[in-house]
Order: sequence, then structure tokens, then C-alpha cells
Amino acid sequence: MAETRYGKAINQALHDAMAADPSVILFGEDVGEAGGPFKATRGLQETFGAERVRDTPISEAAIVGMAVGAALSGLKPVAEIMFMDFVTLAMDQLVNQAAKARFMFGGRNSVPMVLRTPHGGGLSAGPQHSQCLEAWLAHIPGLKVVCPATPADAYGLLRAAIDDPDPVVVVENKALYALKGEIDDDPAAVPIGKARIARPGRDATVVTYGAALHTALQAADALAGDGVDVEIVDLRSLQPWDEAAVLASLSRTHRLVVLHEAVEAFGIGAEIAARMADVGFDELDAPIVRVGAPFMPVPFAGALEKTYLPGADDVVAAVRRTLE
Amino acid sequence: MAREPKNDPTDRLLSLYEGMLTIRQAEERLKALFADGEVPGFIHLSIGQEAVPVGVSASLGPSDTVASNHRGHGHALAKGIDLDGFFAEIMGRDSGLCRGRGGSMHVADVSIGMLGANGIVGAGLPITLGSALAHKTRGTDAVAVAYFGDGALAEGVLHECLNIAALWSLPMLFACENNGWSEFSPTDRQMKASLKDLAAAFSIPHVEVDGNDVEAVEAAAAECIAALRSGAGPRVLECRTTRVRGHFEGDRQDYRSPDEIAGLAATDPIARCRARLAELGVDAGRVDAIGETIDRRIEQAVANARGAPEPSFAAAAADVYTAAEG
Repeated sequence: MAETRYGKAINQALHDAMAADPSVILFGEDVGEAGGPFKATRGLQETFGAERVRDTPISEAAIVGMAVGAALSGLKPVAEIMFMDFVTLAMDQLVNQAAKARFMFGGRNSVPMVLRTPHGGGLSAGPQHSQCLEAWLAHIPGLKVVCPATPADAYGLLRAAIDDPDPVVVVENKALYALKGEIDDDPAAVPIGKARIARPGRDATVVTYGAALHTALQAADALAGDGVDVEIVDLRSLQPWDEAAVLASLSRTHRLVVLHEAVEAFGIGAEIAARMADVGFDELDAPIVRVGAPFMPVPFAGALEKTYLPGADDVVAAVRRTLE
Repeated sequence: MAREPKNDPTDRLLSLYEGMLTIRQAEERLKALFADGEVPGFIHLSIGQEAVPVGVSASLGPSDTVASNHRGHGHALAKGIDLDGFFAEIMGRDSGLCRGRGGSMHVADVSIGMLGANGIVGAGLPITLGSALAHKTRGTDAVAVAYFGDGALAEGVLHECLNIAALWSLPMLFACENNGWSEFSPTDRQMKASLKDLAAAFSIPHVEVDGNDVEAVEAAAAECIAALRSGAGPRVLECRTTRVRGHFEGDRQDYRSPDEIAGLAATDPIARCRARLAELGVDAGRVDAIGETIDRRIEQAVANARGAPEPSFAAAAADVYTAAEG
């Protein structure tokens, strides 16, 4: 085991995938010489050359469309969209082309592409550089969506995404790039669709993903001081999501909170809550509580953004509600 | 329909004629099937534009790739797509190339380099760009062709693709079928710049050709594609052509002047090719026999489609994602 940072784990995953398979190529804005806006691709162009690690113009629709075309023509492209907010400029290619080219063409071909993009607030990046739009993508049949919370999962999910025959959107979190964590010396892919128990507990389950995992862990520590033992399920994959793991945890604790940084309304949490209210109805001893951002754009000023982002206090209050 | 190169000029022209007539007769048949209710949904016919894909495809091989648009029947057939699978798809059958999931606007066969017709104007362009990038990265001499209409000139993604293709010197042919119409509006009311201007802005050589003269298209495309294979970077081939039918079948075209509609027949690329064959002394009976053979083949494809089962919903639902191995 060694300690590494989330951003470095992404870099290592890209490096290892490119070393293992010459059909893996990278492209995106500033991913080459500049090493990426968050340095996740640092050094890769030097190692693998400018043919395999390409700096693109600021042309998001073309970036994602190129990934589709390259994937249909024998490569495994890993494209980067600098901020998740900019995926709006590439939605036709992602939603109408990448997601449908397998189904629409009779299932005779796959589209083995990866789109990496960071979401999330906390950096005072303002309303157009902070959004968590993953629920949009998880709503589209044909796309897979993963969202790693730790360096080990950042490595393992990205390797799995590159190996996957279907289009996978890897949603990173800007606030996590510097996060340190343990990673195996010879790390493996993390299967898409499998959740992880990040903290075992008896009294209530908090289901979450991405940076909100760390908020949930803080809340669990606070509640432990009061004798409340919280289990935390880190989804890791959002589409497909691990319904069995969430149901198993609910069956142990009988209380459920769903937490994410994205806007609460119409979010991933709504889907999980609806499914658990159905398949987990007999296990529930209390209403399912959602915790997410309020229904407003992500504000810029530090004081505003701090209030906007779901915090450990919000999670503590939600868990207490399920115990009332 | 992928044709072997013919050295004899008459044989070559006969082969181009056969290619165009296959598209024409297939679309005439689709038109009738649509009118009879055997083809559901929307279909967009390319009657009058057949010389473009046939002229371009004469220089393409199986490893070359094309992406198309909503008016894509000709592009698919000229690339060599299977006629049975083509009709069965558009008639919504399980034996269709896409098992009845795509229909007319999504006819595709990636295995022969046909990366799909497309329901979104301009969307095939970046897909072609990525395919060209793959050809270049893999070090082959394959090329990628994007077919698009003048309606796509106003789409921002075209401008992105012209820039990247030129910047990276990709083997991509921008094959524009300029029929003067952007859906229901004349393009000159929608577009300030010409494609020639746009190509010049990105330093891409632009060739304009009479898109209803199949020999002219073939010659111009051959030159462009040879340049692509030699690594000379992208080319723009603008083919002036004629949309005879409406934007979609059922469009009454009351926005077009009677004079324009009356003049359409004179531009017919197939009639022109037939006249040229007569000049070359080809026997009319031999030319007629080509059409009869195609008709028989089409009737067989239609009969096969009619006899094919409806698509399986379960199989469709299982194909949203690739099945896990093992």
C-alpha cells in the first residue's frame, strides 16, 4: 500500500491504461503540454507522444463527437471536458450519438469511449464552473456514470471505464484532486456498478457518492459521539447503481438517508429513495430523508457557497430525523 | 454494391449508372411503400442527388468510413450496405441492419465503415472527424467522409470540425451536397458565408463541382481522396445538386416556385448519365437491363422484409449496453 493523491491516481490510471493498450488515446482542452487544468494528465504527452495525447481547441461538441467516431473506428478514446458545466455544449454528441449508437445500430457494435469531467463546488468557481449534473447523464439509457470518492476508486473506476465497451462518464470532483488516500501497489480495476461499505454501522444508512462521502464520514463521527452508529454506502457507480447493496444495508439498519452535493430536487437521491420505498418498503422504520443542495444555482461568494453546500450538520439532522 | 475499379471508360460509367439507379429505384420503392403505409415514421429522399455518393464512393474501399445525415439512403447504399438489411430496417423488421431500432434516419453498418445516417443536422461531422483521427493514429491510409447538406453550414460544430481537421491534418473529406435548401428555407436566407469562404478561413482546399454530373463528381472526389491518402490534410468537396422531393415525404413544397419545380427534371443526374452512355454507343437494351436487374433485386428485398418477423422487444432492451462477457 502507498499513499497517493486523487489527481495522481487518475494520472496513474491513464498511464497504466495507455501502457497496456496502444488503442487508448487522450484528448481534451490543455491535457497535453499543460498537463490538464487540474494536472491530472501531467507528463502523459511526454511519455506517450503528441499523437496519443492531444490538446484540442475549445470545441466541446467536436471533442465528444470525435470520441464517438474514434470509438467506432477501433480506438479507445478518453476525452476530457474541463468542467462538467461545459458538457452542455456537447450534449448532442453524448446523448444522441454516444449513448444510442449501440442500440440504434442493432447492437452490432459498441462505443468504447470514456469522458472524464470534474463537477462540484467549494472553490468559489461560481455558477458555471461548479455544477453537479450527473443526474442528467444517469437518466440517459446507454450511458454509464461513475463518481469516485477516493484515490483508490479514482484509479480503479477509471481503469474499468477504459476497459468497458460502452460509453462511461467518469465524474471527478474538483475539491478532491488533492485528497490523499491509500492505494494498492499493484492496483486493479473497480467493477462498475458495485458499491462499497465505507463505514459499517447498525443504526442508520447514509447512501452517498463523490466528495459528499467525506461529509457523511464527518457526520458519522459526530453521531458516534452520541452513540448513533451510522453505516455509509459509497455508491461509486451511479448508472448502473448497486441497488442490492443499498437494500442490504437498509435491511440491517432500517433507516435511510441519501446524500449528494447535487441539487436535491429531481436528483440521483430521488431515484434511490423511490426504489427503496418500493423494494425496501418492509424494511423501513422511518421515512427516507434526502440531503442535497437547495434548488438554486451554485453561488460564488464563500459565505454563500458554504451555506449552499450540504454539510455534516445537515446529514446529522437528517439521520436524527430517521431516528425520531 | 461496392464496385471493382473499372479501367474501360464505358464499363466505369455503366458501373456509376448502376450505382445511381440502385439508389433511385430503392428510394422510388420506399416512396411507394411509405404512401401505402408500409414504411412508418419520417423518410427523407435524396432523389436527384444520387451522383454525389456514387461519385465519391468510387474512390472508397472497405476500410474507409463515412458518416451521413437524415437524407442518407444514397450514402449507405453507395458504401455497399446490404440491400435486404436496408429495406428490412426501414420497414421496421427484425432482419433490418439495426434490427428495427433506427429506421430510415439511422441506417448503419459499422462493419463496412458506414457509421450511420443521423437525425441531427451536422452531427455526423465530428463523428467523421474522430474516425479520421483513428485512421491517422493507427497509421493506415484509410479516409473518412462526412456527407452533409448546406443546411449544416449554419451548425457551429461544422466550424469546430473544419478547424480541427485542418489543424491536425486529418484524412477527412467534407462532402457537401449543396441543394440550396435548409429544410424548408432557401439557404441563401440563412447563411451569410459560403462553404468556399469557410474552407478558405481554415486554409482547406475547396473544390466545387456539378453534383449532378457523376463523372465530374467521381473525378473531383478521386483527386481529393488521393490527397487525403497521401497525408495532405482535409479537403472540402462542394457538390451543387438538386433536391427533387420535399424535406421529408409528405412535404408539399408549396414554398418552392412552380418554375423551379418544373425545371428539376432537366438536372437529373441519371438521365444525363444515360444520355452520355448513348453518346458512347452503349446499347439501350443493355442499359435497360441494368434497371430491370435492380428492380428484381429490390422486389426480392421488399418481399424478404415483408416475410421477416417483427423485432423482439426483449432483444432491443438487452442491447442498450454490451452484455458482460462470460
